[in-house]
Amino acid sequence: MQKNTQEFKTNFETVCAILEKHEFNPHMLVPILQEVQAAYSYLPEDVMNYVANALKITPGTVFGVATFYSHFALESKGKYIIRVCNGTACHVRKAVEIIKVFQTELGLDDKKHTSDDNLFTLEEVACIGACGLAPVITINDDVYGAMTKEKTIELINKYKEEAVNA
Amino acid sequence: MNVHKGSDLITAPSNENVITVDSISVTLEDENNLLEVIRKAGIELPTFCYHSDLSVYGACRMCMVEVLDHPSGVVPACSTKAHPGMIVKTNTKLIRDMRKMIIELMLASHDQSCTVCPKSGVCKLQDIAAQLGVKDIRFKPMQKEKQKDLSSACIVRDPAKCILCGDCVRMCDEIQSIGALDFAYRGAQARVITRGNKGIGDVECVGCGQCVKACPVGALTVKTNITDVWNDIHDKGKIVVAQIAPAVRVAIGECFGEKAGENNVGKMVSALKIMGFDRVYDTCFAADITVVEEGKEFFARYEKGERLPQFTSCCPAWVKFAESYYPDLLNQLSTVKSPMSIFGAVCKDQLSKELGVPHEQISVVCIAPCTAKKFEATRPEFSVDGSKDVDHVITTEELARMIREHGIEFNKLGIGSLDMPLSFATGGAIIFGSTGGVCEAVLRFAASQLETGAEREFKQFRSDDGIKIGEVSIGDKTLRLAVVSGLSNARTVIEKVKSGAEQFDLIEVMACPGGCVNGAGQPDGKDNCDNVLRTQGLFDNDAMLQLHVSHANPFLQKLYNEELNDSHKVHKLLHTSYKNRRLIADGDFVLNAATAKKKLDLTICFGRSCFEQGAQQLYGELMKYVRDNGLEACTEFKGRFCATKCVRGPVVIVNGKEIEHSTLDKIVDEIREGI
Repeated sequence: MQKNTQEFKTNFETVCAILEKHEFNPHMLVPILQEVQAAYSYLPEDVMNYVANALKITPGTVFGVATFYSHFALESKGKYIIRVCNGTACHVRKAVEIIKVFQTELGLDDKKHTSDDNLFTLEEVACIGACGLAPVITINDDVYGAMTKEKTIELINKYKEEAVNA
Repeated sequence: MNVHKGSDLITAPSNENVITVDSISVTLEDENNLLEVIRKAGIELPTFCYHSDLSVYGACRMCMVEVLDHPSGVVPACSTKAHPGMIVKTNTKLIRDMRKMIIELMLASHDQSCTVCPKSGVCKLQDIAAQLGVKDIRFKPMQKEKQKDLSSACIVRDPAKCILCGDCVRMCDEIQSIGALDFAYRGAQARVITRGNKGIGDVECVGCGQCVKACPVGALTVKTNITDVWNDIHDKGKIVVAQIAPAVRVAIGECFGEKAGENNVGKMVSALKIMGFDRVYDTCFAADITVVEEGKEFFARYEKGERLPQFTSCCPAWVKFAESYYPDLLNQLSTVKSPMSIFGAVCKDQLSKELGVPHEQISVVCIAPCTAKKFEATRPEFSVDGSKDVDHVITTEELARMIREHGIEFNKLGIGSLDMPLSFATGGAIIFGSTGGVCEAVLRFAASQLETGAEREFKQFRSDDGIKIGEVSIGDKTLRLAVVSGLSNARTVIEKVKSGAEQFDLIEVMACPGGCVNGAGQPDGKDNCDNVLRTQGLFDNDAMLQLHVSHANPFLQKLYNEELNDSHKVHKLLHTSYKNRRLIADGDFVLNAATAKKKLDLTICFGRSCFEQGAQQLYGELMKYVRDNGLEACTEFKGRFCATKCVRGPVVIVNGKEIEHSTLDKIVDEIREGI
């Protein structure tokens, strides 16, 4: 959680500034949440509660708004965003197996998408338009095709090393 | 879209203030919407999301009707204004097909385990599906989350049964001003949940159960304790004692087809004795004690002019509400326990002596109109020497179910007698079940004390208005009182008191609109259910009794003379304390993490009260100080939602030491001392 805490440190004062800028006006909830998300890359639960408290609205209302718009993310995202294609072509080429390998190796499941070290976020996408490379994945902006179990583990190790050296 | 189908070509009625509903002419009066006009015409349009005391939501689409020449043809009657000359059709083929399809869609996404659902028999979805003749469901069942939420002592949430009508959301927000439940997510994923999908028992919910009353299906039900009670009854080593709360007696008959308001305490005694209860008592005896204690407490405060206005404390949902939202007012709440808990404490004390058994062997079961009482019974503040005042609470409706489980024919029962002496009660206690009752009983007591022997009634507090304000003269004193039911109304009155706009000496608060007669544990959903008749039943009962002033209760006087003659014991059995509750009980959150060796540990309270006293600004100043002095790397700065010292905020904890009424200078002094 180290990275997460670091973010909090620099950003909580930003939250205060955002609230002050909008004069604690509850009608400005959506822009306030947008700016909070810009500062944190997602909406941490404690910050949502703080915003509710400061705007004198219920935490349930803030949660309702934050979950209504798909633009808002409630989970912090990792440094590397892995998108596994599970469109028709990739699916028949066993994309699900690749997803399972990522989940096992990174300690994730259907509900938990970001690894504890905040390095990886796993997402499933419908089709990324590279069916010839099935099963295909992307990690941030890089594309990797014809994935196998072994290749998946190699990739995870490569990115972990990259993170250490960065 | 044409309305004039078939034979009945209708022209607009000539009378200006009339509309036509399925060829019936209806005169418009002051109805709020078309739905009310149609119902007045004798057509029972089905609805899930329409409640006259909540805002109009228009979500369930069951009340769609066709209106001739209306731009959209088909309109929801609940959110359409009736205009003179309207020609309305409520049962065309289009409407019938639409309604049936909506029900089919609802059923397809509804967990249809009706036979084991607590709402079976009073479920609106069941009723309306039958009413509309839905015979099969053309859609594939949709899987919803099956996990029930059992986190609360009062309420069970079963999301698989939710039809998204939003009745509970509006009830909790508009009537109770809490907003524990809200809509989240969207489209096919839309759900009614708490913030962060936490357990309902882990968030702001006070357990009043009004959401259960509003829920048309089995998505919100009362947490049942029936099995616990049967287990104690079947346990040969236990002495099982029942106490019957005032509002139960005038409502239980409704479960068995009787008219609301009938006093059925005699039949209840018979049923409870058949079921195996060893003793059956009346909570009203303890209500008389509450009146006397609370009256004395009020006079003491009034004479000294402190801790006023005094708030009543009989209602457990109100108590939890005050603990969560107004902790700064807690010292103004009466410290007298509720009648239920007083009864439990006194009964265990007396019975254990009479029968020579330890407290643990006695099981006190309270039959209450209330769901929040289930929570009160679990509170450590409501126990004596580690023995709970009340072991189990079951609602009126749960008792009716137990009577049925036993196979007892309630209507044929004879009248049984309550056990004495802990059942003798005055009219002042009986009226506790209605809004204004506690207040009136305390005033009667006050009048009897100050105007020697005077018997007065205070009928001005008997209406079912949510906020009643009045002045009464007793002796040489003029008292200003407020009687409030519904927590949103309570909030309104408290804010006025806090701002100085209103001044009161005594404020009675009941969480449920109308008081306990309208509690969430009362029978509901049947045609014979009626709060007005229940209230009338209580006041009729009061009028019938010989004694109306609690202090005149001879057994109460005997108890005070012989048992409660030292103040220590009075305090131990009859009084309690409250606690400041964190509205958001999640752990602290890190605002600044120490990256080097930690030298300074700061925690700031961001609870609502500290926030209003400038906590956010103070946080900014402190961060600036920390940074300017090069302490950033060795400071751990955390935020907390309520350090439970609201009256003395803003609170900052410096290296474990709590600083009240914090200012930057105060904290800086403390930091310098530490480093």
